[in-house]
Amino acid sequence: MSELEAFRAEIRAWIDANCPEEMRRPVQGEDDICWGGRNFVFKNAAQKAWMEVCAAKGYTVADWPKAYGGAGMSPAEAKIWREELARAGARPPLSSFGIWMLGPALLKFGTEEQKVHYLGQIARGEIRWCQGYSEPGSGSDLVSLQTYGEEVSDPVRGDHWVVNGQKIWTSYADKADWIFCLVRTDKTNVYQGISFLLFDMATPGVTTKPIKLISGSSPFCETFFDNVVVPKAQIVGQLNRGWDVAKYLLGHEREMISGAGDGGQTSAIGSVLKRGGLEDPMLRAELAQFDIDALAFSAMGEKFLDEVKVGKAHPAQPNMMKYAGTELNKRRHELLMVAGGSTALEWDSEETRGGAPARSWLRTKANSIEGGTSEVMLNVVAKRILELPGA
Amino acid sequence: MPLYYTEDQAMLAESVTGFMADEGGIKKQLRHWRDTNCKDGFGHGLWKQFAEMGLTGMLAAEADGGLAMGHVEAGIVLAEIGRNLTPSPFLTTSVMGVTALSEASDELRGRWLPGVIAGETVLAVAIDEGAKHRPEKIAARAERAGNGFRLTGAKDFVIHGASADAIIVAARTSGSDSDADGVTLFAVPKDAAGIGHNAVRLVDSSMASHVRFDGVELDGSTVIGEVDGGRAVLNKVLAAGRIGAAAEQTGVGGGAFAMTTTYLKTRKQFGKLIGEFQAMQHRAAHLYSELEIAEAVVIKAQQLLDGGSERAELMVSVAKAKAARACNLAVREGVQMHGGVGMTDEYDIGLYMKRERALTEFMGDANYHAERVAQLSGY
Repeated sequence: MSELEAFRAEIRAWIDANCPEEMRRPVQGEDDICWGGRNFVFKNAAQKAWMEVCAAKGYTVADWPKAYGGAGMSPAEAKIWREELARAGARPPLSSFGIWMLGPALLKFGTEEQKVHYLGQIARGEIRWCQGYSEPGSGSDLVSLQTYGEEVSDPVRGDHWVVNGQKIWTSYADKADWIFCLVRTDKTNVYQGISFLLFDMATPGVTTKPIKLISGSSPFCETFFDNVVVPKAQIVGQLNRGWDVAKYLLGHEREMISGAGDGGQTSAIGSVLKRGGLEDPMLRAELAQFDIDALAFSAMGEKFLDEVKVGKAHPAQPNMMKYAGTELNKRRHELLMVAGGSTALEWDSEETRGGAPARSWLRTKANSIEGGTSEVMLNVVAKRILELPGA
Repeated sequence: MPLYYTEDQAMLAESVTGFMADEGGIKKQLRHWRDTNCKDGFGHGLWKQFAEMGLTGMLAAEADGGLAMGHVEAGIVLAEIGRNLTPSPFLTTSVMGVTALSEASDELRGRWLPGVIAGETVLAVAIDEGAKHRPEKIAARAERAGNGFRLTGAKDFVIHGASADAIIVAARTSGSDSDADGVTLFAVPKDAAGIGHNAVRLVDSSMASHVRFDGVELDGSTVIGEVDGGRAVLNKVLAAGRIGAAAEQTGVGGGAFAMTTTYLKTRKQFGKLIGEFQAMQHRAAHLYSELEIAEAVVIKAQQLLDGGSERAELMVSVAKAKAARACNLAVREGVQMHGGVGMTDEYDIGLYMKRERALTEFMGDANYHAERVAQLSGY
């Protein structure tokens, strides 16, 4: 048996022994996701146990170094871990923006002290992070952001910034413990005048206001900063060079939203819709066409992740993945609505678990807007990958 | 297994890419054979060079003098064939033919494989009956006669049929036309009495034959595998042909796309390079995305096929359909973005469009494979 095969056997046995039965059922809704954090209320004991037993082994962030709370798995081992989780139908033990977005940025740009401190908290599910990027006047044109941090020298409280401004579309800001936030620290320089700051959402002057969406839920917030004091040590990367960190992190955000590596989100749907709807030959044909695209995209996701791990992927490839993955997911939910017929229209019935089909359908419309619109993704692909002129 | 080339595969890709760019180019091969009205539609000299490169026997077993490689490696060659639009008997001979023969007796392998590996023998595969690929139905009949069989029927879209030294024929030896069982594969030598060809040039300048078998006498040694048990072998040949055609299509799409982006960076209108217009940029970026996805699913399906996975059949159909759609988009956008010159014979982009059409039809079009995806998924 090769080393990797032995590793697979070991992982398989460990999952069988440690993953509670309740954690081997498909995720049905938002409350099945384990986000962690100071105020997180576990849905049940199994969810808590599964997160904790994984965190103890470093499995919540399997490919991070052991020193920062990971399991130090190689790319090949981490792939086996994901495959074995999928094989067992096991839910991810912990999901968070800390894992998907801030973590990779800290691994690249953070100081040793920051890595040990923040990455460990993320790995153990202790701190839930949110992302302060967009502002009311800065959507696709993110770099025009105005939230300002004024430098203050203070012999008593230490040197710090005083941050004022407003963020918008801050996902789960009302539930998050800390924020990673883009703040202008130099008004004279557009790109090289932004810093990447971390701060506690419990800091005086931070307030959040959920935004009600067309789906009826409020995953996004407006976030206001009114003289928020941020200590100097809480900057990632250099002063005024936060745009480098932001761009790097955006790559990971786009990768996350694309659904690459998340077989559940973009996989084939035809086979799960066998009942009823498929008496319609036109719908059946549409589903088959969709399944071809979905299965092909899942291969693309696998290839992309394999290439990322060994540095073979084009640095701008997450933009392509985000474009393709989100457009596919929107199509998926359009088809699910068609297949569901009038039942899928029900907004709060028991049968639809509170209108889940319709609410999910509406939610997916944000996929091609959040984290960079499809149009911006195509611009980036044209410019950075295809190197078209003037793009 | 990661979805990128191993070191050995990357080395193979590098040498094949260089070789094909030098020897397989459009002017040297496709246009030459087309404009000289070559009855084979391809060059035997290049086929011999394929042998010298060790490509002709890639899929054959080592015991048979081959390299025992897989569909990932064959796909590397096919992608370059596609990129250069190189007319070649590689797919029907070294991929489909060899796949069929690897299930055959020592005698039959000994009869045909040495010539294939030496680049002297060309094989064709006769499956389709009618204008669309419907291999579930095999009506051509091989009746038992004495110690052998008598083959009667008609086959269509037999690529390189009239040039081939042997034709692998799927015929019915028992049961009715649509039965799964009762199919047998034969390796029919070209000089067998009773074979009639109506060879036709296709839109892409390749040669296909409508083959008639008029009581062709075949002895038992021409049977590949088991009598009446040919469906399993046929399925392997089909899978090899489908994933091979899909790999070639990624090359065709990639070649057309490269040509098109180059044009976008050189052609000026309204005082600007046309690639500066967002109307072009977004379409080009979308096309890039589709081609990348097609390439990914093709290598995934190749790996599954090489690994004997039970998901291979499904993913081969996904790959064939996806490659067809992506490549089709590439050639349509290619011609449109070239504008008027895209309509001229002088520019190569139109040749890509023609090849794409023929490859899509070969071994089942995107609709055929969508139907298969639905059936294999249980709906």
